[in-house]
This record gives sequence, structure tokens and C-alpha cells, in this order.
Amino acid sequence: MIHSFKFLDNYILTDVESGSIHLVDAATFQVINSPLPYSLGYDKAIVDEILSELSQLKEAGQYESEPVAVSLDYDVEKQPIKSLCLHVAHDCNLRCKYCFADTGEFEGARMLMSEGTAKQAIDFLIANSKNRKNLELDFFGGEPLMKFDVVKKTVEYGREQAKAHDKLINFTITTNGINLNTETADYINDNMFNVVISLDGRREVHDFMRPTANNKPSYDLIIEKAKRLISTRKGEYYIRGTFTAKNLDFASDVLALYNAGFKHISIEPVVLGENEPFALTNEHLPRIYDEYERLSNMIIANKLSGGDLNFFHFSVDFSHGPCLKRRIKGCGAGFEYVAVAPNGDVYPCHQFVGNEDFIMGNVGQGTKVNKEMQKEFMKCNVLTKQKCLDCFAKYFCSGGCAANAQKYNGSIYIPHEMTCELLKKRTECAMGIFAKTLNKGE
Amino acid sequence: MKHIKTIQKPGIKNTKNSGCGECQSSCQSACKTSCTVANQTCKQEEK
Repeated sequence: MIHSFKFLDNYILTDVESGSIHLVDAATFQVINSPLPYSLGYDKAIVDEILSELSQLKEAGQYESEPVAVSLDYDVEKQPIKSLCLHVAHDCNLRCKYCFADTGEFEGARMLMSEGTAKQAIDFLIANSKNRKNLELDFFGGEPLMKFDVVKKTVEYGREQAKAHDKLINFTITTNGINLNTETADYINDNMFNVVISLDGRREVHDFMRPTANNKPSYDLIIEKAKRLISTRKGEYYIRGTFTAKNLDFASDVLALYNAGFKHISIEPVVLGENEPFALTNEHLPRIYDEYERLSNMIIANKLSGGDLNFFHFSVDFSHGPCLKRRIKGCGAGFEYVAVAPNGDVYPCHQFVGNEDFIMGNVGQGTKVNKEMQKEFMKCNVLTKQKCLDCFAKYFCSGGCAANAQKYNGSIYIPHEMTCELLKKRTECAMGIFAKTLNKGE
Repeated sequence: MKHIKTIQKPGIKNTKNSGCGECQSSCQSACKTSCTVANQTCKQEEK
């Protein structure tokens, strides 16, 4: 399978199965996309030349490559769980208008995780990790810094247990930044492999969408604290925002964050049902595509002038990405990645939390996990989702988000169409930026 | 070639040891709402 598209003034051709990327001229672009290349009006010699070059590429395994046969082991007894999202607080000090977590409650009561449950979650992770050495635990919420004491105790216990079992746990935290202070920020910088701080970009966008629990603006409560944390940080970080129907000009939010001094930025499309306020719908797609292109132009200009703006979704290493099996399996939700709610219930991922049909176990009842459900998620991948088979972006998104698929289409096997369209556009932009900045900047 | 310039040779790997599973879970890195796997790095290549 191949995919070709125009990006700014470049014609780009990618060979899906090998991951090769080529720049082609306008004539080649037309030849590729025409069932009758000799009827396009070019001299026969030119068309012959193009077809000959395409034939050479094919022989080199860089054009119309056949899929590589990959054998996947669906033996759930051998499947490790290596990554855990720990919901230490189903409570939040913000009341974000688009919150998929129901402003922290996850369709349940506000609830905080006990130290005992957090330790049981560590035991659950280690017991189910089998031969995996590198494990991950993300402190999530609600707002995890509302239970900072449990965060610290969990890290301490996790380190002890990891050492005892010859494992390495990378701790990360996703926070709204309200409770950042010298103590929490220094702790995060000393102990967290990655920190994700939620900020939506421009002050007015952020303040409208992310008011405090008593309906006050929150931007000024966070921005300087986030800057301070980043200024002394040696590990990874991302400033993560959300765009909705209300800020379809979200490239301006990326720019606002960059101008505020942040380099690593992720602005994500909101996940809301079609009829909910601020939801993104199919009618918004052309506008969003334009905005991704505007953002691409900004990033190209930044790179070419020696800048260091890193936008998460465009930051794809086309030569050293993950292996094919990983690209086929996707994010790992439900089989190697799970979430634990404050009451100890285990779900396939943080986005499933609160949907009782998807409870896979409870860390308070030991380390057992629903193997049938785990197997169902194992089997759900790029090779088994009909819609993914002929998609050019399948090895970049790896089948999309199972939670979105379930939420919108009632099945983890049917990806959410609009999410697919956005992912495809972002993949084209990433390739387009790569082509435009080759050998320049990073 | 006159009409085609290759800017990226085959980058999708299926080597003998692939699928070791030691790489980072993508959802833990930055997004938490959309699945982007291709910007993860391979732990074997880091060594």
C-alpha cells in the first residue's frame, strides 16, 4: 500500500509497509494517482521514466511493499502487565468544562485512594509484570497532588519492591498544577521520569475552560508554578492542553505556551459526545485540518530558525521509531496497561474508569485479573480491526484509542472515525514537516 | 533518479528481537486521550 499527498509545495509519497518516504515531482504524483498515466498529457518518454523509477523503488522494497508476516502470541498467560495508571484522587480542584472524568468523579463519588490500596496496586503491577524489567506508574486523577502523601508513600514502596524484584519503575505524574509549590515541584523533579502539566494555552482559553471549583480563573494560579518547575527540571515534561470547538485556532495556544517558555507541548482534541457543548464534529474537520497546517508552518519556521518547539503529535522519528509488533499492538490498554481506581478496581485504561462493564479485577482482592477481558484487548489490534487494514496511518496510530472506539461505536474494534481523520492529518503534517526541515534544526 | 528523491529509507523494523515490550506505554507520555505510538523510542536501540 502507498499513500501520496500534497503538503505545502511538496508532493510526498510514503510506502506504508516499509515506512519509506519519498519526495516526488508533480508529474510523478499524477502518474501514481492515475489509472491511465499515459493519458495525462506528458510525453511518453517522461511517463516511461517515472514508471521505471517507481519500478526501481519497488525492487528496493520502498514502494508497494507487501505486508511483513508477523506472528502475534495471544497466550494471555504469558502476557505481562507493565504499566499502570494510578487514580490516587477521584476529586479535583478544577471544574473543567470538557472533563472526560466528570470533573474528577468518573461517574462515581468523589474519592481518594488510601495508602494501602496504592501499595496493593504496586504489588499487583509487580506480580503481573512477569519478565518485564521496565515498568511504569502514572499518578493520575482527578488531581493526584490532592493526595500528595499517598504519591510519596507509593513511590517509596514502589522503589523498595522494584529493587526486591529486580525491576525498574518509572514514575510519572499528570497534574493540573494548582497544588504545585516548592515542595511538590521539587519532589516531582527529583522522582518523576515525566511530568505532564495541564494548561490549555492562551489565558482566556484556559480560564474559560478550566475554572476552579469555586468558578474562578485558574491560569494565574498555575503558570508561574509550572515555569518554575520546568526551569529546574532535568527529566521529561509536557505541557498538555485540550482544544475544543471553542478554540479551533489552537495553533495560537501552542504558540502562547511556547512564548511562555515551554518547549514540549501537546494540545489534544477534546473527547466528547457529538451533542455535548464544545464537542468536535465532522463539520469542524476542514477547519481543524487548516489549523494543523498553520501549526505545521509555525513549527517549520521555528525549526529553520534554530528554534526548539516540540509538538507531541508531530514529533515522529521516522527512522528510529518502535518496532513493527509494537506498532501493530498499539497503546497496550487492557493487556499490558491498566488503570486502578481509588477503590482498587482495575480497568483497561484510565478512560474506561467508571464503566463497570470493564472492571478487570480489584487490587484489594489480590493480583488476579480477568484473563478473558485481557485477551480480548490483546486480540484487538491493527491486524484485526477491519478499518485499519487499508489505512496508510495504521503503523503511526496503531489502531487508535480503544476507549474512544467503545464510547462512540460501542466496540473496541471499531475506531472512532473523526479520531482516525485527525490522526491521518497529523501523520501527513509530521511527514511534511520532516520533508521541509530535513538536515535542518534537529 | 530524476523524479523521485527518497528522504527516508524503510524505518519500520521487524527484527529478530522485536516485540520485547520494554518500551514506554504511549498513553503515559503526553496525551492520555489519543493514541500515538509512533513517537515512542525503542529500548533496544537506546542501549
